[in-house]
Amino acid sequence: MSELLKQLKDQYKIFDITEVKSFQTFFSVDTAKLLPLVTSLKENSGYTVLVFITAVDWLEEDKFQLTYIVNNPEEKVDLGIRVFFKRDEPTMESIHHLWVHAATFQREIKEMYGIDFPGSPRVDEPFLLEGWDDIPPMRRDFDTKKYSEETFFPREGRESNDPATFMKLKLYPDE
Amino acid sequence: MSLSNKNEQEKNIRVTEDKFLAPENRKHTVIGPGGEEIFVDPLNDYFCTEKPKVEKPYKGILEKFYNWARAESLWVLGYGTGCGSIELPPLFSPRFDAYRFGVAMRPTPRQSGVFIISGYLAVKTLKRVIRSYEQMQNPKYVIALGSCTINGGMYWDSYNTINRLDHYIPVDVYIAGCMPRPEAILSGFNRLKEKIKEGRAEGANEYIEKLEWYKANQKKIIKDWNMPDYNW
Ligand code: SF4
Repeated sequence: MSELLKQLKDQYKIFDITEVKSFQTFFSVDTAKLLPLVTSLKENSGYTVLVFITAVDWLEEDKFQLTYIVNNPEEKVDLGIRVFFKRDEPTMESIHHLWVHAATFQREIKEMYGIDFPGSPRVDEPFLLEGWDDIPPMRRDFDTKKYSEETFFPREGRESNDPATFMKLKLYPDE
Repeated sequence: MSLSNKNEQEKNIRVTEDKFLAPENRKHTVIGPGGEEIFVDPLNDYFCTEKPKVEKPYKGILEKFYNWARAESLWVLGYGTGCGSIELPPLFSPRFDAYRFGVAMRPTPRQSGVFIISGYLAVKTLKRVIRSYEQMQNPKYVIALGSCTINGGMYWDSYNTINRLDHYIPVDVYIAGCMPRPEAILSGFNRLKEKIKEGRAEGANEYIEKLEWYKANQKKIIKDWNMPDYNW
């Protein structure tokens, strides 16, 4: 594992290496170097399984993070590869030619975060949200409560109590 | 089906091309057996466009007899929408044995009379629910299972799940809980039976009387409406 990381550090300038467990390591890499990196991991180092792709919205820092988890079934180790890019240029290279099922993850990320993967099959078709016309709902500047209240006829009378004050009022009304 | 000349067809195709419709549901021309071109508008030609009518209940002892017969044979559409649907399979196991109440599962909407909405409804699922509900034959009843169908439950502020089921289809019985146990569902069936026997379960007619209101609510959230207005 550490040998591979050293080699990757020389070749792809990976940074921010975190070893979470003995079988799981995360690191970051420049967006431009991601495609050659995962290709080499798949072709040369035995990381043949893409476990998932996921996205994080760092609203305060104005960037998106994508995490690719790849797995080496021989050695039973995982690698997590992080890339960061600006929120106003949400585009990333597609990796569907390496793993077919990456297209499904990318389609979902496109729908939920609005991160585009040009060339990925059916990436523009709706996945869960048919006919969605607002900003992508998993972006953190989307106000889901407000949207729900405006759209879905909230039932009146829905209220909640702070348990401590509620019980205090109930048990000791005079105090 | 209507025959018309080519220019007119092309115009029609361009005007009504709806990006939400599946390709086979858009207006198009087909070549008939004799080589003639036939213009089809699937939403009008393949589906019934007539508006549904209210079926007035009979009077007196006849309706009472019918209601008794309806109440004792509730056929449930096997369609689970949310996490509550996991409570339906045990209902038909020997332990809870819903068959003794005359409750049976059916695989298609055409054969069933009770629709159990078993939990939260995503907008995408609601579309399928409306289609299935409208395909069921009268008289039909709806049981809403779980707090998600009442006020949204724990998904009350979600961007994609509805809050109140009764704004989209008429509901006969609510069963509260998250999730209700099979015993609660059995008691819900008994409440539905009482309601039917008293002649108060007229949801299907209510739906047709207030069709415009229901349709407006449905179309407010289903933004890619790509089916006929009423799915017979
Ligand atoms: S009421 Fe509870 S159990 Fe039922 S669908 Fe909602 S969250 Fe799930």
